[in-house]
Amino acid sequence: MTEYRGPRAEDRGPTGERTHAEDRESMIEDRTSNLGPRSSNMQPRTSGLEPRTSTAQRAAIEVLRVSKIYRRFAHRKQFATLKSALLSRSLIKNLKPDETFTALNDVTLTVPKGRTLGVIGRNGSGKSTLLKLIAGITKPSSGTVQVDGRISALIELGAGFHPEISGRENVFINGIMLGLTKREIARRFDEIVEFAELREFIDAPVKTYSSGMYMRLGFAVAIHVDPDVLLVDEVLAVGDEGFTHKCLNKFADFKRRGKTILLVTHSLGLVDRFCDEALWLDGGRIHGSGDPKRIVDAYITDVQHREERELAANDAKARQSAAATIVSPDEPASAVLPDSPVETAIAPGDMFQASEGRWGSREVEITEVMLTGSDGAGHVFRSGDPLDVRITLRAPLPITDFVIGIGVFNAQGVCCYGTNTAIEDLAPEYLSGDAQVIFSIASLDLVEGTYKLDVAVHKIDGYPYDYHRLLYTFRVKSRAKDVGIYRPRHTWRFDGDVRFKSPERDDE
Amino acid sequence: MLDNLARLARYRGLIQSLVARELKARYRGSVLGFFWSFINPLTLLLIYTFVFKYVMPAAPQGTDPYPLFMFCGLLPWTWFASSLMESSGVLISGGNLIKKVLFPAEILPIVTVTANMIHFFLALPILVFFLVWFSAPLTVPELLCFPLVVAVQFIFTLGCALILSALTVHFRDIRDILSNLLTLWFFATPIIYSYQYAPTLARRFMNLNPFAHLAISYQEILFFPGPFGHWKWLVALGAVSVAWFLVGYWLFDRLRDSFAEEV
Repeated sequence: MTEYRGPRAEDRGPTGERTHAEDRESMIEDRTSNLGPRSSNMQPRTSGLEPRTSTAQRAAIEVLRVSKIYRRFAHRKQFATLKSALLSRSLIKNLKPDETFTALNDVTLTVPKGRTLGVIGRNGSGKSTLLKLIAGITKPSSGTVQVDGRISALIELGAGFHPEISGRENVFINGIMLGLTKREIARRFDEIVEFAELREFIDAPVKTYSSGMYMRLGFAVAIHVDPDVLLVDEVLAVGDEGFTHKCLNKFADFKRRGKTILLVTHSLGLVDRFCDEALWLDGGRIHGSGDPKRIVDAYITDVQHREERELAANDAKARQSAAATIVSPDEPASAVLPDSPVETAIAPGDMFQASEGRWGSREVEITEVMLTGSDGAGHVFRSGDPLDVRITLRAPLPITDFVIGIGVFNAQGVCCYGTNTAIEDLAPEYLSGDAQVIFSIASLDLVEGTYKLDVAVHKIDGYPYDYHRLLYTFRVKSRAKDVGIYRPRHTWRFDGDVRFKSPERDDE
Repeated sequence: MLDNLARLARYRGLIQSLVARELKARYRGSVLGFFWSFINPLTLLLIYTFVFKYVMPAAPQGTDPYPLFMFCGLLPWTWFASSLMESSGVLISGGNLIKKVLFPAEILPIVTVTANMIHFFLALPILVFFLVWFSAPLTVPELLCFPLVVAVQFIFTLGCALILSALTVHFRDIRDILSNLLTLWFFATPIIYSYQYAPTLARRFMNLNPFAHLAISYQEILFFPGPFGHWKWLVALGAVSVAWFLVGYWLFDRLRDSFAEEV
């Protein structure tokens, strides 16, 4: 019951006709052509009638106005009963959806032969659905998908393995499932086992394998199908560094041999480095496509904006709840703040166990705290950028004893930096009415992560006027995934016979 | 649908390997392993023989030697019943394949039915043993009909398996209904008693039971002396089975697209 016919189903050229012998050769192609809508312009790989150059220009994957609508069943729970369906005489009705969810919405894309396309997007944006449609595992609700050539989909590795039988037998069965003949598998068997690094265990039942071994074997089989079109869904995390490296090498090898790869991943660096083109899906629609660097940057910016909004919302919530539970100035202050006020703002002591909150006498009040980076006010900043913390104060009565302090904490609660006006030998003279304090950081040399701010105004002896504990959150983004807390400004220099390939990206 | 049906021919290799895997995996790790294929029917045989020989000896008229009679119907029934039970769950347990690998789902019920048929073949030596032991009245023309009965049963079972596997994806309690239904069906089929000696009314009902004709055919070929008089029924059932298989395949094909989303 193929309801979809590719738009080119009619113009099957002379090369589209195939003989019986070829049928056996190109089993996968036939499978895909019958399973999915990609019925039309499939060429037997063995056909030498078409010159290489023209095939290189043809599209390997063509997705035309494809939508995928998943059905949801509101009446019927997942485990519906036949009895209840029969009783309410709604057997047929119940098989119809009550609600739909559009996973892909009018997506059109073309991947020319030999290109590598990276698909990025947030969770639930439709990436995997797209991959399954191209693989032919599910059918589009509307639109057509055409794939030219043998497909191998690395969606779930070792999906067809049977735990009770040996790795060797599983390799054969899995290979046949993926479209190889027994002879082809026998020829590639050693290579597969070598690649999976499972020589000693290949005759043990698969149930005794660790999950890593299982995945490696699945990957090895899938990659040795030698497809023309390789679909990869976030499976590079299957092994140790060495194995991942090997996989990437294999992909690069595919690329060199002019195969088409479609890569769904959250690893933006990989897209940037490895793909010729990137596609950004958002909410089932194509949000952008083209040069990977541009798309990845746009995506990162979007993610930042999103985080920005999220952080702003969280901060607002935190401040609200803090304001609702204002602690009287004496008790918590004397309880948590030791004698030496200068130290307390920065040194990790008991008070740093305290979670977010706000306390103080409010003789001076912090009315607003704003973070401003190079792109204006916000919550997400790039490592190395300047950052201003603008604190707005109001003192209804003039005050002469005051210290303004600030502390930066990372997600683990480690104080990354803390200081105050007293530490830096600024002797207070007076403060009255509205005032603004700008704490200016020339270069935010922190590693990537989420940080929280303490902002406080208190007496020199520690008596708090207004203490905002961890009420302001910001995030530091960095393209380099270095570790630690502080990133010293640094460069690498090399003397002697040391060379590196040209850098893949500049370290921002 | 016909395209898809034709495509199945290309999957012979896969079906073969999957059946082999099924057979290998089933008894892997059990001590007696493959011998369970013999022990299971033998146990049943002992129980029924005991009941009908010593507890209520009047019931099975005209069925001497009883073990041979019963085996003629019991082995095909085991093939049928376990095919149905297994195929009702096969799409759900094979969900991984359907969701993650490009894979024509009908292969799974087909493999189930075929694997159970191989089990049936493997148990045939016991039957041969009993046939020789009791020096059953076999004739060559009748024995030539045996493969035909097997073929009809295969097609009929396949039709049932396709329908059950497809519907169970949507209605999971089919499995429980099925196990009860099969018990009922077993006693409604002349396996442990003889069709010839059943009351007329009961025989009329039995004529509506497709499996009764299969069981009677097996019995006439292997057990009862005289010519294979039931062949007309068998041919009719063969035609019905082909139609039934096509209906099953059509239904399966209709529901195919929902499998990847529902299992």
